[in-house]
Amino acid sequence: MSDRQSNVALLGTQVGYQNKVFFRTPIAAFFTIFFPLMIFVVFSLVFGNQYIEELGVTTAQYFAPAMAVFAAVSASYTNIATTTAYQRDMGILKRIRGTPLPASVYMGGKIVSAVLIAALSVVIMMGIGILFYGVEVYARTLPAAIVTFLIGVGTFSALGLLVAALVPTGESATAVTNATLLPLAFISGVFLPPSDDAPVWLETVANIFPLKHFVEPFSTAFNPTYTGSGWNWASLTYLLAWGIGATILATRLFKWEPSTGSGSRRRRRRATEPS
Amino acid sequence: MAIIDVENLAKSYGDVHAVRGIDFHVEQGEIFALLGPNGAGKSTTVEILEGHRARTSGSVSVLGYDPTERDRAYRERIGIVLQETAVEDQLSVKEAIDIYGSMYPKHRATGELIEIVGLEAKTDARIKTLSGGQRRRLELALGIVGDPDLIFLDEPTTGFDPSARRQAWTIVENLASLGKTILLTTHYMDEAQHLANRVAVMADGLIVAEGTPESLGDRQSKKTVITFVAVGVSTDSLGLADVSTGDNGRIVISSDEPTRDLHTITGWAISAGVELTDLSVTRPSLEDVYLELTGSNDE
Ligand SMILES: Nc1ncnc2c1ncn2[C@@H]1O[C@H](COP(=O)(O)OP(=O)(O)OP(=O)(O)O)[C@@H](O)[C@H]1O
Ligand SMILES: [Mg+2]
Repeated sequence: MSDRQSNVALLGTQVGYQNKVFFRTPIAAFFTIFFPLMIFVVFSLVFGNQYIEELGVTTAQYFAPAMAVFAAVSASYTNIATTTAYQRDMGILKRIRGTPLPASVYMGGKIVSAVLIAALSVVIMMGIGILFYGVEVYARTLPAAIVTFLIGVGTFSALGLLVAALVPTGESATAVTNATLLPLAFISGVFLPPSDDAPVWLETVANIFPLKHFVEPFSTAFNPTYTGSGWNWASLTYLLAWGIGATILATRLFKWEPSTGSGSRRRRRRATEPS
Repeated sequence: MAIIDVENLAKSYGDVHAVRGIDFHVEQGEIFALLGPNGAGKSTTVEILEGHRARTSGSVSVLGYDPTERDRAYRERIGIVLQETAVEDQLSVKEAIDIYGSMYPKHRATGELIEIVGLEAKTDARIKTLSGGQRRRLELALGIVGDPDLIFLDEPTTGFDPSARRQAWTIVENLASLGKTILLTTHYMDEAQHLANRVAVMADGLIVAEGTPESLGDRQSKKTVITFVAVGVSTDSLGLADVSTGDNGRIVISSDEPTRDLHTITGWAISAGVELTDLSVTRPSLEDVYLELTGSNDE
């Protein structure tokens, strides 16, 4: 039909709507934006923002980009997986499915919204680092850092959709994202700098999963002893491979209907006869 | 051409045979109601037509489309109110209608819709603060926001207070008068009676009766029942055939010719000098017929 809005216009509306839903869900906004920021500030206070000899950076210079990645992954992976699964439990996805909105535009809205929210939390994190903890940003590595950020958030958004496709309910999405993200964050250098004392197999495990390939190139771009321009093509390609694989699987496995199990309790039951 | 053409439609969930071969046709501008007890297969049928579920066998054509193909053009022409659903709690009524409206090429004005469903006072209220019936009204608004030609309403008024139900009926009637076609499921006999041009009663996955609400289950040919209480007189002198005495001395008369029989009864009462307390004349209601058809009155 001729009056059909273009997909780009529809995407714009969807992004605005997903942003609204996010910022009006205080718990999501807290865990995505405030929580990583809090860890960053606590780390910088606890370790007195001292110089870390082995890494050649201050605590804040190390943790600002690391926690920014953690926030970005919370905004994309955790947030998309849990919101989408909860919306499915509620029957919201089923309602969307009955409208003419193309599924790709709906999912695109979630991803673009995640990118914006992630960008906001990264800017807040780095901004506070720069203002209060002497964190430095380098023009030389900034383009690579931005591209790494975009590819990382895109990949973790696709992974969030994959988790939503695989789990039956919102509760299980919360459990699965936490059980995967937190251990990986510990072994991938998000919460702790990489240590030479760690067993080799742990490093191998970290290398298999995508988080390390996001946090390492991004953090490197903020390392004052690093002299290159920050393009880590191997990691970026590896991230993209995860992202594409996750997109293909999520598209195939995605379910729009609430599962008939425990999640359906949340929906309002109406099937009562008046007599 | 019929708007909805369903032939020999069947749907099984594993070994649950929810719909077991049904046929029906709905013409443009009709309000067609599906009635039936819980689990009869109404929602399954409606959701197959909406494109939400795949059928096991049979053929379905809606507005000339096969709903399983999930054409965007098809979804632009239908409106859906699901039996169990929700709207994003975080949005306001107005925001939700705006966003859902943006998905359709021709959509109705938000303010007008809010007025139609009577949510003016809640325009800017968050959806999480709405009562159950108010949410249902919003869902009705979202079902027609795309100005659809065909509207599916799965128990649209469950949870409505009596005046909201009347308002919803008016909305549905207005839609039909604009030439829209409506497929409705309901558990309320008065709703089917009031709204539907035709009714199909489903039980256990089959259509057990279909027709106008008046003719359903041969209701017209059923006898009229006249009852009253008359104290201290014998009805032997009444001279009517089908007279029985029920509980508390209530007299029950089945009649094929209620006008003539009523005349006889009142004449008899006046000449005997008795008052006919609690006189009533009733025909079997749609509900009586429904209970008989679905076998639920034996319980
Ligand atoms: N997704 C499903 N998986 C398995 N069985 C299902 C599913 N949906 C419905 N059924 C079964 O199919 C039958 C028909 O269900 P349906 O929802 O169509 O009934 P209904 O007539 O709409 O009932 P109600 O008046 O309670 O809404 C029931 O026995 C139900 O348990
Ligand atoms: Mg139903």
